[in-house]
Amino acid sequence: MSDFFAFVRDHADKLLEQTLTHIGLTFVSLLLALLIGVPLGILISRKRKLASSVLGVAGVLQTVPSVALLGFLIPLLGIGVGPALVALFLYALLPIIRNTYVGITEVSPLTKEAARGVGMTDNQVLTKVELPLALPVIFAGVRTATVINVGVATLAAYVAAGGLGEFIFSGIALSNVNMMLAGAIPAALLAIGFDFGLARLQNLSAKKMRVGALAFVILVPFLSAFYLLPGRQDKLIAGFAHEFYGRSDGYPGLQKIYGLSLRPRLIDQNLMYEAIHKKQVDIISGYSTDGRIKAFDLLVLTDNRHAFPPYDAAPVVRQVTLDRYPELGPTLNLLAGKLTDSVMTDLNYRADYLHQSPERIATDFLKKGGLYQVPKSGDRPQTVVMGSKVFTEQYILAEIYRQLIEGKTQLRVVTKTGLGGTQICFDALRTGAIDFYPEYTGTGLLVVLQPPAEELKKLPMQPDSVYTFVKQQFLEKYQLVWQKPLGFNNSYCLMIRREQARQLGIRSIENLVQYLKK
Amino acid sequence: MIEIQDLVKRFGSHTAVDNVSLSIGQGETLVLLGTSGCGKTTTLKMVNRLIEPSSGAIRVNGVDVRQQDGPTLRRRIGYVIQDGGLFPHYTIAEAIATVPKLLNWESTAIQERSRELIDKLQLPETVLLRYPAELSGGQRQRVGLARALAAKPPVVLMDEPFGALDPFTRRHVRRELFGLNELKETTVVLVTHDVSEALELANRIVLMDQGKIVQVGTPTELQKNPANEFVRDFLDI
Repeated sequence: MSDFFAFVRDHADKLLEQTLTHIGLTFVSLLLALLIGVPLGILISRKRKLASSVLGVAGVLQTVPSVALLGFLIPLLGIGVGPALVALFLYALLPIIRNTYVGITEVSPLTKEAARGVGMTDNQVLTKVELPLALPVIFAGVRTATVINVGVATLAAYVAAGGLGEFIFSGIALSNVNMMLAGAIPAALLAIGFDFGLARLQNLSAKKMRVGALAFVILVPFLSAFYLLPGRQDKLIAGFAHEFYGRSDGYPGLQKIYGLSLRPRLIDQNLMYEAIHKKQVDIISGYSTDGRIKAFDLLVLTDNRHAFPPYDAAPVVRQVTLDRYPELGPTLNLLAGKLTDSVMTDLNYRADYLHQSPERIATDFLKKGGLYQVPKSGDRPQTVVMGSKVFTEQYILAEIYRQLIEGKTQLRVVTKTGLGGTQICFDALRTGAIDFYPEYTGTGLLVVLQPPAEELKKLPMQPDSVYTFVKQQFLEKYQLVWQKPLGFNNSYCLMIRREQARQLGIRSIENLVQYLKK
Repeated sequence: MIEIQDLVKRFGSHTAVDNVSLSIGQGETLVLLGTSGCGKTTTLKMVNRLIEPSSGAIRVNGVDVRQQDGPTLRRRIGYVIQDGGLFPHYTIAEAIATVPKLLNWESTAIQERSRELIDKLQLPETVLLRYPAELSGGQRQRVGLARALAAKPPVVLMDEPFGALDPFTRRHVRRELFGLNELKETTVVLVTHDVSEALELANRIVLMDQGKIVQVGTPTELQKNPANEFVRDFLDI
């Protein structure tokens, strides 16, 4: 608990900024929803035939999962405030339209008739009788919409629109409970606070309520204004994944080693590429073999000072399996050095952008390298179980290994793809649930071994030294053998659009830092 | 004061009011009597254009009601409905001031008139700041009438005004209200299905059935010379 307060204290300015952004997002969208929703509710209370279709459409929008809605809006509106506000606006719309409609239609017909009977015009009936009487119901709708929006606004952090979601999602990505709570608790308090405040307003007597509603209407643009507070702008805009932003070998490492200083926007890692492609950001974090580097013509900045630990891929095999099937080790090592960065990027590109199946990609690759062999028929009583993590590169590697082993040996390969994260794969390997899987040296070092800080400081972050270190440690501690590296290094990297890189003359992270300082 | 000529109202294929003609004199209290669905309320609402006739004409004070727009017309015709038809969010003072305000009266004139009415209707002055829900049924009915009379309209239309009251209060309230001088000078058209109410209040009764007028006459005439079996039956003689 004291950790949590320490975290909040250390990040108070960031927390305040996120909270204000969060409030701003909530109320800008609420204001838009009020401006559109209330007139629409009034309209359908007049033209009842429209009611079911309008409420139907708003209802359908409400059921679209928020992440999906954001995903759908990004191609149309890009990243940042646009899609976040539109999504929030759409979610707030239904409760406001519906409650306006219900509030007005539920005013007793006798009262409405009396209002017309004493000589009120249609507009007077609306403003003097129907709306005041519907006000508590409309307010209940506003209350619902506000609470929904406080919740959904956390997702704004996916699309670089800020808010308390930044701490929540970074916290989840980094398994940092304090960070997560520093976002989640204020978000919950905001929801409870607004709900309570609006409930108080809703329970006021008719006259005070009208005053309260007026005060609220005046207050909303003020609260919205939080969002418009100007922020500092960098020469180049960075969009980083939450995990990269928080991990010590990510952005903090860059700050330490290169003195890089940016005000990055945090964004979901899958949307990052789309954002740089659409020129909404100029620098993104990513992985050096991602197929999108090729698809979007991006340049990976060289990391001369080795701020990013190497992530050389190699199969990790149980010692007992190697002993039992002596042919397995040499077969796996047939691939050593064959998969360079550019080859792997290309394979990923084929899967993600050309939508080729992993089978076909694997076969093509093996044929090209002269490693493909049609599996011999006959019984295969001996089985090796291979695991893989859940992303494209690992699916492709799994398929390459399967075809290679079944072509070159009489072993049967059973694949268990879809083992969530590193921890799951590693545990499966150690307990013998699988016999081998492709792992990355940096992950082995920082996630599995987690050596103490002093020891880590002594270790040079060079591919060879890290490989030697993890190979030796894995064998000693777990009787697991790292085979020869495949040749590519899927490490963290910074990338910018190739075209912009050429214009600005930036090729490395050092260049970037110099350019920003100019 | 009110001339109704060949008035017809059709809702789709159903004829709610079928060729009704009537003449109502100044200061007269005319009661439209009949079963539910006989067309009496529809007839009443066509007088202040809450419902538009299919054909026929209505003149109030010699002017065709269709020559003026609905709201303007209605501001000069008092309108009382069941339970007063008060707005739940208006205080009694605001309720009484409704029509004078729509007519842009001076606020001092409005206040003066409100006091006068409260006084005449024997309501305590403290009710002025109360809301309808805080009043008894009888009090609400009086406020409903005060609202209708506030702008001193020459004509007041009443649609089952005492319908929400228990029989005892009903007798009491209506005797009291119709004893007011203010109402005696006003032309009143009242809709009811309550025979005793009609007999007690009406200068003339119009008995309606299936959209048509069955008989028009003073209470005594109807009782003494019922036009047919229906009238006899309805009045229970």
